[in-house]
Amino acid sequence: MLGKTAGGLFWMFRYLERSENTARLIETGFRIALTHPGGDEWQSVLQTAAAAEAYAAEHGAIEQAKVIDFLLRGKSNPSSVLNCIANARQNARLVRTSITREVWEAVNDTYMRAKEVFARPVRDRDLPEVLAMIRQQAALVRGELHGSMLRNDVFDFARLGTFLERADNTARILDVKYYVLLPSVTQVGSSLDNVQWETILRAVSGKRAYAWLNQGQITPMGIADFLIFDPRMPRGLRYSMTKIRSNLAMLENSYTDRHPCHETAERLDRRLQTGQISEVFDEGLHEFLTEFLSDIGQLGREIETDYRFHG
Amino acid sequence: MNDDNRFFDELQGNGTAPRAPYQDYANWFHGEDLKDLRRKSSEAETFFRRTGITFNVYGQAEADERLIPFDIVPRIISAREWTRLTKGIEQRVRAINAFLYDIYHRQEILRAGRVPVDLIARNEAFLPQMIGVTPPGDIYTHITGIDLVRTGENQFYVLEDNARTPSGVSYMLENRETMLQMFPELFSKVKVRPVSNYPTMLRRSLGACMPPNASEDQTVAVLTPGIHNSAYFEHSFLADNMGVELVEGSDLRVQNGKIAMRTTRGYRPVDVIYRRVDDDFLDPLNFNPDSMLGVPGIFDIYRAGGITIANAPGTGIADDKAIYSYMPDIVEFYTGEKAILENVPTWRCSEPDAFAYVLDHLDELVVKEVHGSGGYGMLVGPAASKKELSAFRKKLEAKPGNYIAQPTLALSTVPILTKAGLAPRHVDLRPFALYSPRGVEITPGGLTRVALKAGSLVVNSSQGGGTKDTWVLEDD
Repeated sequence: MLGKTAGGLFWMFRYLERSENTARLIETGFRIALTHPGGDEWQSVLQTAAAAEAYAAEHGAIEQAKVIDFLLRGKSNPSSVLNCIANARQNARLVRTSITREVWEAVNDTYMRAKEVFARPVRDRDLPEVLAMIRQQAALVRGELHGSMLRNDVFDFARLGTFLERADNTARILDVKYYVLLPSVTQVGSSLDNVQWETILRAVSGKRAYAWLNQGQITPMGIADFLIFDPRMPRGLRYSMTKIRSNLAMLENSYTDRHPCHETAERLDRRLQTGQISEVFDEGLHEFLTEFLSDIGQLGREIETDYRFHG
Repeated sequence: MNDDNRFFDELQGNGTAPRAPYQDYANWFHGEDLKDLRRKSSEAETFFRRTGITFNVYGQAEADERLIPFDIVPRIISAREWTRLTKGIEQRVRAINAFLYDIYHRQEILRAGRVPVDLIARNEAFLPQMIGVTPPGDIYTHITGIDLVRTGENQFYVLEDNARTPSGVSYMLENRETMLQMFPELFSKVKVRPVSNYPTMLRRSLGACMPPNASEDQTVAVLTPGIHNSAYFEHSFLADNMGVELVEGSDLRVQNGKIAMRTTRGYRPVDVIYRRVDDDFLDPLNFNPDSMLGVPGIFDIYRAGGITIANAPGTGIADDKAIYSYMPDIVEFYTGEKAILENVPTWRCSEPDAFAYVLDHLDELVVKEVHGSGGYGMLVGPAASKKELSAFRKKLEAKPGNYIAQPTLALSTVPILTKAGLAPRHVDLRPFALYSPRGVEITPGGLTRVALKAGSLVVNSSQGGGTKDTWVLEDD
């Protein structure tokens, strides 16, 4: 496979994952704003989406309608849902020869729908439907990938993009809210905190799963443990890291060559397999997350170099 | 339906009943509901959009990916008509290759005085770097698209030979796919020859042209200028359907006397490149130094037998509009036979007598730039206003050698589906011929381009033309 193609696949799926995650963040923010007006939820959402600075530069003060519009279709926001979908499709065009017609048509269809829906600002009453559509379209592309693609290096690079983006996103959700989970600041049981925890779980579609696993025992440490160390949580750090490691292992096997990215992925995966949430809290949740974010940033760059995405 | 008898209508000739090749289709059509067909027609558009069969418009935003309009009424050619056309095309393709070999070697045709020396020596399409270079298998034009027009029951003319990087073949294939999806029952009523194995034929044909210094893997790749090129869809379509890599210049470099592509496992040799990049941009070291699209040094590897470039560099000298008028002589010179397909009579404005005639008859003629393409820089005399005529006259007088003129051809019509039902529109035809040491292979079909405006003779997609599926019947 061409290095350029590997890069195109990796980024196509990173962008798709990002569009879905941003849609989920908006969904959560919108819900919290409706049920608990007067909070500063939108500021956290912007921070999590790494769009706070760009937003401030363009609009200044936080205003719900402007934030939503900026996140969905802001021209100057490179990670807006519309820009992510357009980038995913542009990458899909670039790698058109390595994906099936099914995958291409799914991503092209996503783009055409997004372009139509985002031609003008989305009205509040249409927002839930539009956000659901974004999630469903991302699921459609993923489904076509699973149902129609060979399990070869093409598939591995697509999955690497998905899980690297997902790990990054979940870590950022946690990091923006880490202070809520710290025992020193938290007064367990207060309604504000329940809202904040709920936000975290909703943003990763993990509210039901967490409640089911923990019989309603919602604790800060429990939530952090669930999102960082639980091997069953598909949007969690450990699950994502294990996937990254296994897709890299497949590449190592089929190509019979080993690179620095393999070392890094194994080291990160081992740490998540053996780590304990109590240690993380002892050493500092924020420090742990900052290090994790920087580690997967490095891993992404290593994958780019090791598989020759660029000249 | 056809009330204008100056033009030959392919559905019903100059009469009122369907001609034989259209009989079965016409029977089917009469049993169909117009509203239903109109709905099908808009379905086709959705199908094209979803599949991404679009072309980019130069100088416009990325959002401006356009569809080439597709008309659901097929253009039908009988088996007998097709047999004659293919003989003519094959003869022409062989002659073009013999001409190219000769022009870049001993130049017998110039010595014999059949083509003027100046026409070659001063021609921008002549590539001096190719002198003495023999491409693998002596093949210059691996892919040729011959543009044909029809003016009567038995009159076909060659309008242009496209011997550089002819495009449009993806439309030939996707138009058929669309028709098969929309009207499956129609194909059980009318026996149409399939076109779908073109990519397989192309892969085999390119594979038969390995360079002397080929690698073990015998790798073929398609070279595209990139994702923003107007024909990018076609480049990726062909690579995909041949099962080969689609590369850009930035993926390639020279390594150990070969061209190599950057893969996830390091550089791997490429043996045959089907390039959709013009000569000028192929190699900044040997041609245009500003090119960012090509591969520095590829031409040196080519000369040393490390790679096959399809089509070969320098083939433009064979489809140049000034050379075109000599094609009947060229065919006769190399094949010893009269050309089976006729040329359109052509006045070369470089010749004083012809030029005087052209100036006197400007309002009747079509005047084309010798090096132009895509219908740009062209004058259609009968359709031009007085102002346009006098403006063009000035351009013509400033540089007569830059132009040729031809009579306005009475292009045949084939009906398209409009709101009011069927209406005749002018068409041309581009069949695609593959040439390798295995021989000439011509896919039964081609790209039919159709002018969508009533009365218009300009079929180019860049000027608002559309396309049709082209059917060659199994038997008469």
